[in-house]
Amino acid sequence: MSEIAEKVKAIIIDKLGVEESEVTPEASFTNDLGADSLDTVELIMEFEKEFNVSIPDDQAENIATVGQAVSYLEEHAK
Amino acid sequence: MELKRVVVTGLGALTPLGNTVSEYWNGLINGVSGAAPITRFDASKFKTQFACEIKGYDPEKYFDRKEARKMDLFTQFALVVADEAVQDANLTEGNFDPDRVGVIWGSGIGGLRTFQEECVNFANGDGTPRFNPFFIPKMIADISAGQISIKYGFRGPNFVTVSACASATNALLDAFNYIRLGIADVIVSGGSEAAVTEAGIGGFNALKALSERNDSPETASRPFDKDRDGFVLGEGAGAIILEEYEHAKARGAKIYAEILGGGMSADAYHITAPHPEGLGALNVMKNALRDAHIKPEEVDYINVHGTSTPLGDVSEAKAIETVFGEHAYKLNISSTKSMTGHLLGAAGAIEAIASILAIQNDIVPPTINHFTDDESFNPKLNFTFNKAQKRDVKVALSNTFGFGGHNTSVIFRELKD
Repeated sequence: MSEIAEKVKAIIIDKLGVEESEVTPEASFTNDLGADSLDTVELIMEFEKEFNVSIPDDQAENIATVGQAVSYLEEHAK
Repeated sequence: MELKRVVVTGLGALTPLGNTVSEYWNGLINGVSGAAPITRFDASKFKTQFACEIKGYDPEKYFDRKEARKMDLFTQFALVVADEAVQDANLTEGNFDPDRVGVIWGSGIGGLRTFQEECVNFANGDGTPRFNPFFIPKMIADISAGQISIKYGFRGPNFVTVSACASATNALLDAFNYIRLGIADVIVSGGSEAAVTEAGIGGFNALKALSERNDSPETASRPFDKDRDGFVLGEGAGAIILEEYEHAKARGAKIYAEILGGGMSADAYHITAPHPEGLGALNVMKNALRDAHIKPEEVDYINVHGTSTPLGDVSEAKAIETVFGEHAYKLNISSTKSMTGHLLGAAGAIEAIASILAIQNDIVPPTINHFTDDESFNPKLNFTFNKAQKRDVKVALSNTFGFGGHNTSVIFRELKD
């Protein structure tokens, strides 16, 4: 697993209070990991802070699973 | 329209003296001080370096980590005491109609720590707003009532009253009024506060409102003592379940006492100083007695606001003498803030509980830390100094007054058929 994927996983475990085993690439924040709309906003903000990127709202809407977050950040992280 | 009778059927407490109602009561009647050096932040540069904090509080005992992170401490406190009270009242599925159960809570400030942390984060950044999405819903004072309703599915009237240190008594009186008007069957009322933060201590220090007796925190809160030098900030919460009498009887609920009436008034004088003659305090006690349809002579115990400030204690004592006349010298008066410190918007809740338990147990908790008489007070007044006193308490009155000149008074009585 890439360094980015590791960090993403750690943030999700911390913010959503889920078990490591649940954080699979296919897992959806809202459907599988119990996040509500505010949790998702908080996750995106944590990704922005951790990876020093700015994720525009229209792109944030497309980040709904763990895998989507990792690939977005691998592409955009500085 | 005939007003309904309203009784107390459940209690919950999280206080500097103990984390349950029974621990709290034991602390009260044994004259224990809840004051100690501040642990919530480094107070070494503050004029006041002590407070009455909750001891041994572990959020993970009550909440999962994710849940706790989304709630300011004042909301966590609210949920902890509401749970103790709901269990105590034995409100279980099927013995109430959730649409007729409300939550009316009090908090003077709300999520002060959350507010402080988010503003500090912003100030330390480069001007880019990175406010947490939970900032507003964690900080707003009314979220406490919202969270309690969400946890239990109570869908009746739901809001929070804000009147500084009178907040919880205003909440209780609103709850009482809605039930006696027939708008709800049961209301979870009370208040919570968690203002032992840099902003809380610093802000009250700037007002010169806090005791600065850093060399002796446990004797700092000394209401009615000559050397009192301000209040001691406390934190915590109290919950009181009010219920329509017939509803309580029908489900076989344990009844602690009846809430007979209450009063509200304003000083209309100054933002922080009390009226020098205690005009608002005088009016509020008169209003409460009138509302409760009892004579001053029937009151056995007054749990005073008595914060241990130079001015406030004097004007309240004057008001008691004016309202009660000769009877002022026969009743027991005590300030339990001498032990708990001042819980601001939650003070009315834990002091209502002290008054209710005084009725139940026929014991008046003391005003501790009395060392030197002050000639400002009539020596005939019985402030229940230093030791609890046994007394057949049938009627108790509790006063709370808030910055802004808000005054509230509530009267409880032993249940009679």
